Amino acid sequence: MSDQRIARFEQRRDVLKKLSDQELKDRFWTLCNQVVQPIAELAKTHTSPSIERAVLLRMGVDSVTTHGVVTRVNEAGLLGKGAGQVLLKVSQKTGKDIRAAAQAILDDAGILKNLF
Amino acid sequence: MSHKPLEPNTKLDIEELMQGLDTYHPPRKGWTWREVPAGGIDMGPFHFRNMSKPLKRSIGLPASKYFEHIDPQPSCVVTTEIASGRFEDDIRRMRMAAWHGADHLMVIRTTGQSHIEGLMEGTPEGTGGVPITRKQIRASRKACDLIEEEVGRPINFHSYVSGVAGPEVAVLFAEEGINGAHQDPQYNVLYRNVNMYRSFVDAAEAKKVMAGARIFQIDGAHNANATAKAGWLVMPELMVQHGINCAYSVLAGMDKQLIGLSTVPPDAPPAPKLWYDLPYAVALRDFFSEYKMRAQQNTRYIEADIEEAVRTHTIDTLISMLTSADIQSTITPDEGRNVPWHYNNIRGIQTVKQTWAALDGIKELLTLNKAGPLGEMVRDLKERAVAFLEEVVETGGYFAAVEKGFFVDSGKYPQRNGDGITRDSKGGVGVDTIVARDADYMAPVCDHFGNNKLPSGIKKPCDPIGGCTLCKPEKIVYLPELDPEDNVENRLAKTLPYRKGGKIKPEAEWAGDGVVLMQFVVTEAEDVAREAALEIARKMGLQDPEVVNLTPMHPSEGCFVEVKGKTSFDIDKASLKIPPKVEMLPEEEIRAAVKQLGIKVVAGTVGEDEHSVGLREILDIKHGGIEKYGVKYKYLGTSVPVAKLVDAAIETGAHAILISTIISHSDVHRQNMRKLADLCKEKGIRGKIVLIAGGTQVNRDMAKETGLDATFGRGTKGIQVVDAIVKTLKERKQL
Repeated sequence: MSDQRIARFEQRRDVLKKLSDQELKDRFWTLCNQVVQPIAELAKTHTSPSIERAVLLRMGVDSVTTHGVVTRVNEAGLLGKGAGQVLLKVSQKTGKDIRAAAQAILDDAGILKNLF
Repeated sequence: MSHKPLEPNTKLDIEELMQGLDTYHPPRKGWTWREVPAGGIDMGPFHFRNMSKPLKRSIGLPASKYFEHIDPQPSCVVTTEIASGRFEDDIRRMRMAAWHGADHLMVIRTTGQSHIEGLMEGTPEGTGGVPITRKQIRASRKACDLIEEEVGRPINFHSYVSGVAGPEVAVLFAEEGINGAHQDPQYNVLYRNVNMYRSFVDAAEAKKVMAGARIFQIDGAHNANATAKAGWLVMPELMVQHGINCAYSVLAGMDKQLIGLSTVPPDAPPAPKLWYDLPYAVALRDFFSEYKMRAQQNTRYIEADIEEAVRTHTIDTLISMLTSADIQSTITPDEGRNVPWHYNNIRGIQTVKQTWAALDGIKELLTLNKAGPLGEMVRDLKERAVAFLEEVVETGGYFAAVEKGFFVDSGKYPQRNGDGITRDSKGGVGVDTIVARDADYMAPVCDHFGNNKLPSGIKKPCDPIGGCTLCKPEKIVYLPELDPEDNVENRLAKTLPYRKGGKIKPEAEWAGDGVVLMQFVVTEAEDVAREAALEIARKMGLQDPEVVNLTPMHPSEGCFVEVKGKTSFDIDKASLKIPPKVEMLPEEEIRAAVKQLGIKVVAGTVGEDEHSVGLREILDIKHGGIEKYGVKYKYLGTSVPVAKLVDAAIETGAHAILISTIISHSDVHRQNMRKLADLCKEKGIRGKIVLIAGGTQVNRDMAKETGLDATFGRGTKGIQVVDAIVKTLKERKQL
């Protein structure tokens, strides 16, 4: 395997040697972009507990409460909706402000039923 | 809430700083570069070609006093890293660093914070760094706001957005006006074993938030040459790591001008450093011409010897100057032996300042010869980096490559030694925690990355909630302390005597830590020298002595040893007798007075005393003596009878008699001084003549008891003597 890899490298190198400095640089960046594009796509279409807590922070929820709320939302299977959206819906449904709605989720996770 | 401006002669009041943090918001956000005048800058007797605007207040290099006290500031931002574990003590260190020319203060996080899910709050004590919390950042940023006013240049405050709470930390930083941060998902994967999917998904959000707050980003690639067994061989891989983070950051929305490569010259002498480090530096700057360079100094080979570290860092800085650096980072040269001590932060900064001033405009004098071996080596590295990327793509992409151990292998690509870091995509911290976004996923906040089905017809993403914390800082929730024991107020109460209570102890890291360092030679071989050094320290009363450095001078003749330890006593400030400061007349006034009167003196070493060096230094123009200020002198030599000096003074009409008296056996120096005063009275000239004595056992208090006009001890300069003559003559209205 290792010998094969080295041989493959020599082949690549024969091709790369023919490139100008600018062409080599362009090739470097084309490849970098090729490597990261599918990862960026993964990131666009996925979220994580930390991302959702970071959303709640920006909504004016304290860090300790973001933890509890995201855990409840995740347990309710609603993280794919976005914890921010869930919180906003609870706020609208209950008439409470954002912080009070976050507290309501901590007090009773049942509030998360039938939101969507 | 507002704090009064800092006053250079007053300590920063930490207790006052801590007041009103709950409502404190930074006056500005985002990264700041230095101002570099295009036509260069004139300072003192020199023209500098590539320096930034000087500071309003600063402390120059020790030699600056020979050059009209200039303190030229490099064109690049200069970093110092701070990691004591107590931010309240770091704040004073930050002020010191800013005065010496740092404008990028990088706070290291406490050990283990990258594995904590969520933000830390309060102000617990850290290990190897500080717990990064809202309260800690606010207090530190508030201090930076005051310090930048004091020195007259913006300070960039920096920490880390990594680990499993990256997006939250990024929001915290954006809210609190942090100006720079490390962010590199590869770092989490390789060095923190965070699950690779989680790390990259989180990173996109973190980067988007950082981009919104114009936080400068530094990547984590430099860790590869600190970690790989042969750091100087991993250079093609390093270029790939830089490339992946840069490309990913741009996709996440970052401005290329705010993306920095963390790059380290990978070698250290006795290796032929330039042959490895220079081609790498040039290759990077070619490929990454649109990005910024944060040149770090090498940590890989730093052990106990501070001077060795400083020399390596000087050469690292030379490489920055031969190529380019937008940010020049410094490493405290004691990093290999303890948590950095504050005065070593200053040493690191001085290394850069000294090198940068010395080599100012070097590129106008020298050019790199790319036609020779340098060009070949540069091209070789680039081809290997591109081939590395081709293999990554062929293997199935980045995640597959990490699973196959492509990274941090000590072989020079394509060689592979099988000692790289391998991670499983189905393992690591935070595995299986990412969740697919539904088609109606929504997050009603600004600077959010990725699919977001916001309601139509809104202007800003946060309109549905009436504004997010990034738009309305008043919505940020400031939590008070969570731990009633482990917090800054308790620590400050303990250190109060050493900050405001009139008690004094040496300090290296924390207020009142009592840490001292001793350097000496033990004329024994290594094993004996080590134990002897510890015993010497114990007998001197030091607690917890530890040998931090030992350098053999010869296998049997002896070793240079450095021992640190702690003093067990306090000094009461009120008990100290501080000699009043002598305010010298302005040099111009002194020269004018000397000229006006044509001041002349007679001088000699009195008694049976053959010492001449000290007095000659006071007299001769060559040593900056009184002659330099226009004073004429008649030197009568050594072992001169006092009477002979007095007669010579009368004969020549001298304005003053200067005697030197070194031998102090049986108080003979005092006797000679009194004799001089008595004899002049006898001869009736005491009221007209100025009498001055000096010597190693003489001090300023002796003038009164011996009846002279002024007396001087060790280290006296000619100008002080002339100053005393002129002042005495003025008091007597002879001038």
